[in-house]
Amino acid sequence: MNPQVAANPPVATPFFFYGLAAIMIIGGILVITRKNAVHSAMALITTLLAQAGLYLMLYAPFVAGVQIILYAGGIMVLFLFVIMLISIERTLKERQFNKQWLIGIVAAGALGGLFIAVYTTTKGGVLFPPVGRPSYVEAQNTQGVASLLFDLHTGTYMFAFEIASLLLLVAIIGAVVMAKKRI
Amino acid sequence: MHDLIQYIQSYLGSDKTPGGAGNIFWATVYVLLVFVGLSVAVIAMNWLERKILAHMQVRLGPMRVGPHGLLQPIADALKLLLKEDIIPEGADKVVFWVAPFIVVLAAFTVFVVVPFGPTHAITDMNIGILFMLGVSSLSVLGIVTAGWASNSHYPLIGALRSSAQMVSYEVAMGLAVVSAILMTSLNESSTGTLSMIGIVQAQFDQHEWFLFKFFPLGIIAFVIFAIAMVAETNRAPFDLPEAESELTAGFHTEYSGFRWSLFFLAEYSAMIAVSSIAVTLWLGGWLHPFPNLLSSPTWELAFSFIPGLTFLFLGALCFYHTARMPKHPLFRIQTIGLAGFGVVLALIGVVLFIPAVRDRVGDIFWFSAKVAGFMYLYIWYRGTFPRYRFDQLMKVGWKVLLPTGLALLILTAVVGMRGELLEQAKGVFGR
Repeated sequence: MNPQVAANPPVATPFFFYGLAAIMIIGGILVITRKNAVHSAMALITTLLAQAGLYLMLYAPFVAGVQIILYAGGIMVLFLFVIMLISIERTLKERQFNKQWLIGIVAAGALGGLFIAVYTTTKGGVLFPPVGRPSYVEAQNTQGVASLLFDLHTGTYMFAFEIASLLLLVAIIGAVVMAKKRI
Repeated sequence: MHDLIQYIQSYLGSDKTPGGAGNIFWATVYVLLVFVGLSVAVIAMNWLERKILAHMQVRLGPMRVGPHGLLQPIADALKLLLKEDIIPEGADKVVFWVAPFIVVLAAFTVFVVVPFGPTHAITDMNIGILFMLGVSSLSVLGIVTAGWASNSHYPLIGALRSSAQMVSYEVAMGLAVVSAILMTSLNESSTGTLSMIGIVQAQFDQHEWFLFKFFPLGIIAFVIFAIAMVAETNRAPFDLPEAESELTAGFHTEYSGFRWSLFFLAEYSAMIAVSSIAVTLWLGGWLHPFPNLLSSPTWELAFSFIPGLTFLFLGALCFYHTARMPKHPLFRIQTIGLAGFGVVLALIGVVLFIPAVRDRVGDIFWFSAKVAGFMYLYIWYRGTFPRYRFDQLMKVGWKVLLPTGLALLILTAVVGMRGELLEQAKGVFGR
C-alpha cells in the first residue's frame, strides 16, 4: 500500500459501495419500468452519477469526471432534448414490454453466471480495496491515464484509442450524410 | 473532549486544504463559510445589478427601502418567501419539484474546488477543473426538466433554446480551458495539472499570468472563454432562454415564490462559479497583481494593506453620502442607517489591518476582487448589448468560437513544444 493511502485510509467503503450500488440498481429498474420516457431518462442520469461515485471509490477520479461530463452532462442532455420533442400522450398508450421471457431469462442467467465465475476465480470476499492489487494513488490518476494512452514507451493503448476516435468521426459524418440529402 | 480540541487544532498548522488534510471539522466550517459568503454575494449582486444598471440608464434604481435601496434585496427575498407556491395543474409534479434543486445543487457543488487561496479551498481535487466543468454542465438538466415539466409552451421553447445554447458553447469553452491547461505543463517538472490550486501555482512558477502567456494566444483563449461563459450562464446578450419580450420568462415562467428564487440563486452563483474558473485559469487566482516583479517584502506589506484600505474607502463613501442625505426629519432613520453601514464597513477595514488577519485574508481578497470585476462586466454587458438572435448566437458559437478554439489549441501545443519540435527537425534535416 502506498504512503498516501496509508496516511488517509478510505472511510466507510462498504457503506458507500452498497449505497451507490443500491442507487444504481434501483435507478436501472426504474429506467425500464417507468412509462414516461422523461422519468426513465432521469432515472438513467441517477444511475450514471452513482456509477461516477463507484469510479471515485476505485481511485479513478479522472474517469469519474469524464463520466459526469460525457454521460450525465452531455449525452443525457441530448437524450432529454429528443425525448421532449416526442408526444408523451401517445407513448403512454404504447405497449411497454414484449413478453420475451425465455430469452430474457437466458441472457440474465448467462450474465449472472459470468459474475459468479469472476467472483469465485478472483477469490473474492473482500470488496475494497481489491486484495493483491496495488491501490493506485488518487493524485496520479490523470497522469496515469495519460501515460497509458499517449506515452511513447508505456502507451500501449494509443492505437486502440485513435481507432475508436476515428470510428466516432465516421459515425458523425454518417449521421450528417444520412440526415441531409444535399450537402 | 480533549481529543476533539486537539483534532480541531491539529489542522491549524497544516499547509493543506481541509479536504486534503482530511479534517472533517474544518471542512464543515469551510463549507458553511463558502455557502454563507456565496449567499451574501448573491444578495449584494442583486442590489448592485439593479443600481448599476439604473445608473447606466440614467435612472436612480431602488431608493425607497433603506438608504439608497440597500435593504431592497432583503425585502425582495421576504416577498418571494411569502408568495404562494403554485404548481400548475397539468405539470409533472415530481419533475417540477426536483428541477430547481438540480440547478441549485449543480451551481453550489462546484465551489468545493474553487481556490480562494493556497489553503483556502474546501478541498483540492486532482481533477479540479474537470469537476467544475462537469458539475456545472449538470445544471442544463435542471433547466431542461424545468421547462418540460411545466407543460406549457413558453417554458418548453425556453428550455430547448437554453439546452441548445449551453451544449454548443460548452464545446468552445472546453477548448479554451484545454489550451490553458496545456500551459500548466511548461514547468521545469513538465507535468501538467488539472487541480485548481495547481493551475494557479503553475502561473506563479512560470512568472506570468496565463492571460499574457504566448501573447496573443493566452488572451484569445481568455476572450473565447469570456464570451462562452456569458452564454453558458444564460445572461444578456445571450439571454434568449428567458427573453422577456418573446418568451415571458423562458424556462421558469411557471415557477413562483421559493422555487423561482432557487433558480435566481442558482443563476447568480453559476455566474460567480464560471468567473472563478476564468480568474483561476487566466488571471492568476489568488495572486496579487505582478506577483513576481513586486514580490519584495516591502511590496508584500503594501499589498497586504489594500483589503483594509478598500473597506475604509467604502466606509468613507458611505459617510460622504450620509452627509449628502436630505436634512428632512422623514429621512432621519435612513441617514442613521447609512451612517451605521459606513461604521460597519470601516470596522471591517480596521480589522483587516490586524497583522494576523492581514496575512490570512490577502489571497481571499484578491480572488474575490477579480471575480467581482467579472460580475461588474456581466452587468455592463447587460446594460450595453442588445440581445442576439438565435441564429446569430449559433453562428457565433459554431462558426467563430469553435474554429478559433481548435486553431488556438493546436497553436498553443506547437508553441509550447517548439523546443522539442526544433530538435526533432534538426535530427531529420540537419545531419
